[in-house]
Parts: sequence; C-alpha cells; structure tokens
Amino acid sequence: MELTRLPLLKSALKSRYPQLAVFIVMLIGYIFAILAGLIGTPVGSHNFSIVFVWIAWWAILILVAVPFFGRGWCAVCPIPLPGEWLQRGAILAPPDKRPKWLNLRVPKMFRNIWLQNISFLLLALFSSILLTTPNITGIVLAAMLFAAIGLSTIFERRAFCRYLCPVGGFIGLYSQTAPIELRIKDKQVCVKCEGKPCYNGSQAGYGCPWDVFPGGLTKNTYCGLCMECIRTCPHDNIAVNLRPFSADLAKPSNRMDEAFKAFIMLGSAMIYAGVLLGPWGMFKDAAYNVGSSAWFVYAIIFLAIIFVILPGFFTLALSLTLSNGHPSPTGRGVGVRAFASLSSALIPLGLMFWVAFSLSFVLTNASYILAALSDPLGLGWNLFGTANTAWQPMLTTILAPAQTLALVGGLIWSARTAQKAANEVKVSSIPVIVYSLIVTSIMLWLLL
Amino acid sequence: MKRSELLSRLLVITGIILAIGAPLVFWTRTPLIHARMAENGGWNPDVIQAEAGKPLHLKITSDDVVHGFAVGQMDVQSVDILPGKVTDITLSFDKPGIYTFFCTRWCGLNHWRMRGTIEVSGSPSDPEPASPPLYVSLNLDLDAPHDALSIPSQTPSAIRGEKLVGQVPFTNYQSLNYYRANSPYQAFTDLSNTPLTESQRWDVVAYIWQSNTTKGSLANGKGLYAQNCAACHGENGAGDGVFADDLVEAGEASMQSMSGATDMRMQTPVDFTDPKRMFGASPALLQGKILRGGMGTGMPMWGSIFTEQQIWDLIAYIYSFQFEYEH
Repeated sequence: MELTRLPLLKSALKSRYPQLAVFIVMLIGYIFAILAGLIGTPVGSHNFSIVFVWIAWWAILILVAVPFFGRGWCAVCPIPLPGEWLQRGAILAPPDKRPKWLNLRVPKMFRNIWLQNISFLLLALFSSILLTTPNITGIVLAAMLFAAIGLSTIFERRAFCRYLCPVGGFIGLYSQTAPIELRIKDKQVCVKCEGKPCYNGSQAGYGCPWDVFPGGLTKNTYCGLCMECIRTCPHDNIAVNLRPFSADLAKPSNRMDEAFKAFIMLGSAMIYAGVLLGPWGMFKDAAYNVGSSAWFVYAIIFLAIIFVILPGFFTLALSLTLSNGHPSPTGRGVGVRAFASLSSALIPLGLMFWVAFSLSFVLTNASYILAALSDPLGLGWNLFGTANTAWQPMLTTILAPAQTLALVGGLIWSARTAQKAANEVKVSSIPVIVYSLIVTSIMLWLLL
Repeated sequence: MKRSELLSRLLVITGIILAIGAPLVFWTRTPLIHARMAENGGWNPDVIQAEAGKPLHLKITSDDVVHGFAVGQMDVQSVDILPGKVTDITLSFDKPGIYTFFCTRWCGLNHWRMRGTIEVSGSPSDPEPASPPLYVSLNLDLDAPHDALSIPSQTPSAIRGEKLVGQVPFTNYQSLNYYRANSPYQAFTDLSNTPLTESQRWDVVAYIWQSNTTKGSLANGKGLYAQNCAACHGENGAGDGVFADDLVEAGEASMQSMSGATDMRMQTPVDFTDPKRMFGASPALLQGKILRGGMGTGMPMWGSIFTEQQIWDLIAYIYSFQFEYEH
C-alpha cells in the first residue's frame, strides 16, 4: 500500500519545513542531553541524559521505531545534522555545484558495517558505566556529534551514519523486518531518468545522503528515510509503502558484516539480560569496573560469546545440514553463503530478544521519566509538578507474559525466515530452527 | 540568500544557543551544595559563608547515596539528602562564629569525615565567659591507661544499690562534681571504708551513677548514640558496629595519607561493654575523649557538634552498658 498517495502525508514529506521543525527540536534535545550529562546531577536515575537517552529514547527506538518504522529514527536523528549543514553550506538552499569541503569518497575497505559493528561493541563493553554515568553519556553523545561533523568535512554524504554510527548498524539490520519501505514505483522510469538527481542532487534537493541509488533499492538496510529523493525525483517515482513485516528477508543478504551484526545483537541481548538483569552480582561488578582484571575477563567472554560461541554453534548446525544430503560442489563458497543467508533468521529473533530485554528495564525504570522531566538537571526544579514522582515499576503483571510472547513470537518469526533463507540456498532449515530454539530457551531462562 | 534559508539558519542558531545557554545559566545560578561519600570528596563546598541575623538558604543534593545534614550545637532537625534530589534548608545564626555541619547518615566507611564549616560573620556580641572543659580543669591525660584494677563479678545494679545507700554517707557521693570527676572504680575504692561487701559497693556505685542522670538524659543519649556512635561502637556498645572491621582494615592507610604520620594506627572501636575500661574511666575523661576525638585512632572529634549537655547525656548512656538501671 502506497502511503505517499495520501496527499497530506506526501506534501508533508516533500516539504522541508515539517522535517526541519522536528530536526530543530531533536537537535535542541540532543544538545540539552549532552549538557545535562556534563553539568547535571551525577545520579543517573535523575539525570535527563540517562533517563531520556537510555530509557525513553531506547524504549521508543526498540519497542516502536525499529519494529514499525525501520529507520524511522534515522529520519529525525539530530546527530548528522550540524555536519550535514556544514557540508552543504546550507540548511535548505539548493546545493552548490562545487563541494565546500574535501568531499572524499569513503575508501572501499570501509564501505561495509564492520566499523559499525566495532563501534557498537566498544559501547557495549562499556555499557554498564555508559548507561548509568551521566557525564560518560554526555561525552559519548558529544563525541558522536563531533565525529559526524568531522566525517562530514572529510567524506561525502553521511559517512558517519552509513559507516560508523553504533546505532545505525543494527537499526539498518532490523529495519528489514519493518512494515515500512521507501521504494521506486517504476524501475523503467529510473532507467531512463537523466542525471539521476535522486543520487546526484539537483536544484530541487541533495543527492542521497546515505549513498544509495533509490532505483536499486531492494532492502531497507541502508535507506535512512531522509526523504530527500522524494524531493529530488523529477518523475514522482518514489513511494513510501506499507508492506508485510520482514518482507526484505525473503531474499536474505549474503554479507558477512551483516551476518555478524546479527550475532553481535543476538549475543549482546543475551549477555545484557544476564549481566544487567540477572542476579549475579559478580558479573555486574566485572562489567562496571572498567579497566579491572575482572572487566577484561568479562570483555573476553563477551567477545567470545559473540564471535566464537554463537557463530561457532551456528556453523556446526549448518555443517550438519550441508553434510546431510546437501553436498556442496564448491565447498567453502556455499558454506559462507549459507552462513550469511541463514543468519538472517537471527534478525527477527534478535529484534525480539531486544524487545523482551528492553521491556524489563524500560517498564522497571519508566517512572524516572516523569521525575527527570520536571527536574532534568537535578537543580531542584519542579517544572511539571512531577519531580517527586516515586520510583515505581510499571505493568509488572504483564511483563513476564509480554516477554514470553515476544520471545516465542520471535522464535516462530525466525523459523519462518529460516525456511525462506534455507530454500534460497537449498539446505535444510531444521538445524537453524533448533539453534534458534536453544538460544530462545536460554534467553527465556535469563529473563524469567 | 533566500529568506527561508536565512530564517532557518536563525532558528537553528537560536535553538542551539538556547539549548546550550539556558542550562548553563540556570546551572550557574543555582549554587548547590553537593554531598558525596568522604572517599569521593565529602561536602562541596565544605566552607559556607553566612551572616549573623540573616537567614541562610541552602540547597543541598547528594551525588551518590543518602546522606543527612545537620549543624553542630544548633537546635536544627537533621534532614535527609537524597541522591539526585535537592533539599532546601534555611538556617539562622544569632551569633557570629564557625559552625560545623556534618552528615547524619552512615553513608560509608569514612562517614564521620563528612564535615564542613559555616563561617558566620557579623558584629561580635559580648563575649560569653568561656570555661575550659572539665577534663582540662582536672588536667586529665586522655591517652593514659585507665583500666580499673578490679571489676565486679556481676553487673552492678542501681536497684539493689538504692537499698544500700542508708549504710553509706551517700551525700558525699551524690554531687555532680563527684560523679563527673571520678571513675566508678574510684567510687568503689572510696566506698571501701564502709561495711558493704565488694558486690554491694559496686551496686551503690551503680546507684550513684543513676542518681546523677535522668531518664530523659538517658533517652537523649541513647538517640545520639544510635545516630552517631553505633556505626563503629555497635548498637550494644561492644565495639562491633557495621564499620568496625572495615575501619581497622582500611583505615590505617587513609589515616597516613591524611596526615603523613606513619605512627598513627586505626584502632578497633572501643568496647563499652569492657568493664575494666569503663569502670576505670571518669565522665570527665570520656567527655575529653568525645570532645577531642581519638587523635589518629579513627575516633572523630565531636566538640564542634555536640553541646555540652548532649555529651553528658551521651556519657550517661554509655555507662548504662555496665550498670543495671531502674527502668
């Protein structure tokens, strides 16, 4: 269903002003979060930066934005804006023909999501202090803003978003499951289109900031939903569609960077469930005491689970499949393709792991939002009369059933995705389904 | 430049200035007193200026755990300082001087180091005649050994002692001056020329100690003890408070770093249930120890915090670990 047929929505997307208004609000909020982290109360549960970034924003991102809008967050994210405006030399005005900065192309070896995998893991390893210490959160938020600005002056388009953002990598991966997509209407129109303004820009707007040619879009992964192509397409050939969930996974990717992103996200959710929500104080201490020998052991275990144990057992499961009636004429090539393709089954599973995990701490800590809203810096304000709201876990009775539902739903969703991927590479899906069943059981045990 | 571009730039710049400027302005205009565990800095600032006769409004917040705030020697109810919350308190000082504020919650091992001062300026009123504390007048050496040479075989009872006072020249012992200047052992020795048995003499000593205090004083002392002393000396006075073991273990290094003196030794908090130690100590000696502190042993000085009467109440309560009083 084409949503851009709705005149109101279409004109809202074509016009730059509604998006600009949202951008300004988001940018103010982002800068305020940085400052709150740096100068506000060091008590995380009462600091705007912790409460609004790691509770409110995270809840919206993982429970609403990603599952239902894919890269919807990227469409309004303020992080790339100052860099992008600087790069363009304008906020709204048409682009200059001559670039203002270096405008280099990102080297080919970095044109994948490995850097995003690394940046996510870096934050993940420090997550215990990042999620609880306002000034660390403030510094990380500021670093991301300045990194985006720096990269915008060196490289063309949104190099930060596309190749470095620690959040963008998994949003892109999971956006394949979302029921929203931006696609062209008629491929022939794009083939015949001269100048390809959607990619190269025109007086109507900028070339795709995400370095994607919309005419070739088959997946949500790297489309940031910035809507620039809707404005630049001279043929009105771009549409935003409502579609079935996980439509992109019908034809799974065979990229190893994306495959490992799926393992990173799956493993991180499980480790967080154990370390942050579990009853093991020793693990919590190890994760929190960054730099201690216990933390190094924690980091090694963290990385081993993600890069060795989870992919190792997955490979083992696949090898059973490949050696059982599905001999491979080209050996390793088929194995790698099967590994990458079938790992797509872990995308809906990982997303639901994160949903289940996030439900726990979001519902437990959501009451902090009201208090922080009234006194965001911890200066004793009571702007909305909610500063003294007592901490109170919410919806505790439905938490466990909701988590179970999410995990079981994720398992079923994963099994269906595995079947499709297995058909593509002509192997059995059963070992992957069994693998998903085992990790889901572990996650259920960790959460419940 | 088109108007729309100009307008959007203005909006963006205004937004950024607001996002940066507003919090900074409010932050700099809201002077907060931050409470942190002593290991992390204690009070910040730890010196506050005030003027006599003018109300002093303070906004206090905790950056870590629950702390408490009170001002020594003032009749001000202590208030809790909660993490991330701001507590408003208004103080009023009649006289200039230096006042001590301190934490009233057992916030950590070095809780007792969480102190600061309020320097109150103003025209000095007529100086009140100051008299030295009793332990100074008596020229007591606070650090000299003072163990009792003998101790009772059973807990001395003021109830039993009261029945025996007819057999002794009790008025000699009933005065406050006698009570404060002498240890129970000294009183026990002084009673040796009476026909009482040793056990009976100890009972009479218990009665002397009881008759020099009141139930109100004991209750007040108990409250002060629970709030300020029990963390180290233990709820029942046995020197086994929640911080006792950790203090000995961690304290030595911190004491050395504090003063550079290497001969200082953190000591196990005094056991008030030890009869040798307690029966050998006079109230004046205990007053000195409380006023001055333990000088490198880990025992803080309380002279700037407790009033004289509070110290006597506290001492009266501490002796109750040794005597059986009438309830």
